[in-house]
Amino acid sequence: MRRLIAAASAAAIVALAGSSAGAADLKACWVYVGPHNDGGYSEGHDKGRQMVDAKLGDKVETSYVENVREGPDAERAIERLARSGCGIIFTTSFGFMDPTIKVAQKFPDVKFEHATGFKTAPNVTTYNARFYEGRYIIGQIAAKMSKTGVAGYIVSFPIPEVIMGINSFMLGAQSVNPDFKIKVVWVNSWFDPGKEGDAAKALFDQGADIIVQHTDSPAPLQIAESRGLHGFGQAHDMISFAPDAQYTAIVDNWGPYYVKRVQAVLDGTWNSQASWEGLKDGMLVMAPYTNLPDDVVAMAKDTQAKIESGELHPFKGPIYKQDGTEVIGEGEQLDDDTLLSMNWYVKGIDDQIPQ
Amino acid sequence: MEALEGPLLTIITASTPLLLAALGELVAERSGVLNLGIEGMMAVGAVCGFAAGYVTGEPIAGVLAAIAAGMAMAAIFAVVTLVFVANQVASGLALTLFGLGLSALIGDAFVGVPGLGVTNIHIPVLSDIPLVGPVIFGLDPLTYLAIALAIGVSWLLFRTRAGLTLRAVGDNHVSAHALGYGVVRVRFIAVLFGGACAGLAGGYLSLVYTPQWTPNMTAGRGWIALALVVFAAWLPARLVIGALLFGAVSYLALYLQGRGVGIASQFLSMLPYLTTIIVLVLISRNQTLLRVNTPACLGQPFVPDR
Repeated sequence: MRRLIAAASAAAIVALAGSSAGAADLKACWVYVGPHNDGGYSEGHDKGRQMVDAKLGDKVETSYVENVREGPDAERAIERLARSGCGIIFTTSFGFMDPTIKVAQKFPDVKFEHATGFKTAPNVTTYNARFYEGRYIIGQIAAKMSKTGVAGYIVSFPIPEVIMGINSFMLGAQSVNPDFKIKVVWVNSWFDPGKEGDAAKALFDQGADIIVQHTDSPAPLQIAESRGLHGFGQAHDMISFAPDAQYTAIVDNWGPYYVKRVQAVLDGTWNSQASWEGLKDGMLVMAPYTNLPDDVVAMAKDTQAKIESGELHPFKGPIYKQDGTEVIGEGEQLDDDTLLSMNWYVKGIDDQIPQ
Repeated sequence: MEALEGPLLTIITASTPLLLAALGELVAERSGVLNLGIEGMMAVGAVCGFAAGYVTGEPIAGVLAAIAAGMAMAAIFAVVTLVFVANQVASGLALTLFGLGLSALIGDAFVGVPGLGVTNIHIPVLSDIPLVGPVIFGLDPLTYLAIALAIGVSWLLFRTRAGLTLRAVGDNHVSAHALGYGVVRVRFIAVLFGGACAGLAGGYLSLVYTPQWTPNMTAGRGWIALALVVFAAWLPARLVIGALLFGAVSYLALYLQGRGVGIASQFLSMLPYLTTIIVLVLISRNQTLLRVNTPACLGQPFVPDR
């Protein structure tokens, strides 16, 4: 009798599990490296996912897994999503690159989209936003507004995305003030409010008066606010945390891209590509310019317009490496491949890239 | 000289949450209970403190809520390990996981919301003395509380009868029980105190240090506090040294990076842990000192046999 009940309940569970997968046409899943509400990078992706829910909710069921560490654990998380019936999986951090490729090989019918990486496969697309365009603009603003000529730059890990950002910021700053300096602190984490805040304090104590970050919490801006200094928000408009300190922020805008790609899966037109759009296509937007004099706002808007029209490219030559060697000459432009594998600093930066 | 002011203030404020959490754990461990759930208690303290402060607009409400939340978490642990005599290590780890998850759940509504921030005190003449002023007379109220707590715990443990009873319970609970001391009662109170301090430490993070709530904002500080207690040989004075040292080297690591000194950032990240362990181990070399101060019944379950 007991065995009969066990068998019946097992069958019922299997039937239930099977039927729940067929509720929507497509299941779209996201993997976040941090909390879905971190007030920064991962929250930007989650807002994009919510846009998919809003626009395609009747045909698509969305879900997410958060706080997935980059590395072996990521492979487990991505595989679990693939097994549970996800039709398209968005892995939103650079460190998910190899795990995504590995899982994609095992599940050729599932589509994968990897953010900020550079490895593709027949069922793996990469997508990114040209954040360096935003970095160039804030570099110009920093050089115009800094009284000490030194900015503090808080970063996480030395991946090409981050190095590209530092270089673009520096080139923007140097276009206004050729002697502008930055001090770089590597906190080895995408998200650690305490450490980021401490790094900001250490940088301010050393003479920086503007803070820039490539980490995900609003802590550095809060420190800037408490000291009457200024900075830039990252991935998210952080003005509510620092009403008097934030000049602007580079805001990720993944929503329209996600809607486009999920719709492509529904239409059957999805294919593997390497997408890298910028200000022109709205993949990133600049938060409203605040706490700035009108002429600086005008300059920033002008630069933004020039970048969108293609007239200005942050990585247009001449560009020199730290040791002085020329990378490209006048009139030339760094191509996407060079940017995506960037592991050298431009001239004028006094830091060493950690190996 | 002014250049030292900023760093000194940062170091002291960075050490405060560690000191608070570690002091509470020291008292609990001196009574013989090993509570590994500091991280969880800190997280819940942080979120409740932030929530209460945000909703009421009063920092003091936040502080009290943080303490209460920490005590509530500790009460769960105390019931499980002292009344039901469950394994303390497993229960503590479970408490950490539970606390981290619960805090994220409660905190979901408060992410992306700027917090109150508790301002530093300002004494008219004293706080304005060039270097000494802000560092000694211009700290935030909770840091002063931490210092007072360190002195108070030290005095209580070594100069009062109650402290003697507590240490007796931690050293030999069977004899203490035979002498008529309420072992479970003493341990319960000690664990609640530990929870209150851990909650306060968490509240400090979300109300003073970085006035915001984000999941996992404790970032492993509970584990650091736990280690500090052991390496300080369960002595409050050494705990203060350990906490300050950890804060100082953490700050130095970031400062050196900004200076452009060519040391690898990963090594610098490791430096605070390494330095604190080395220094504390060196100053606690005396075997007799260690034997005298280690609570002999730490982590052992106690069931009154009658």
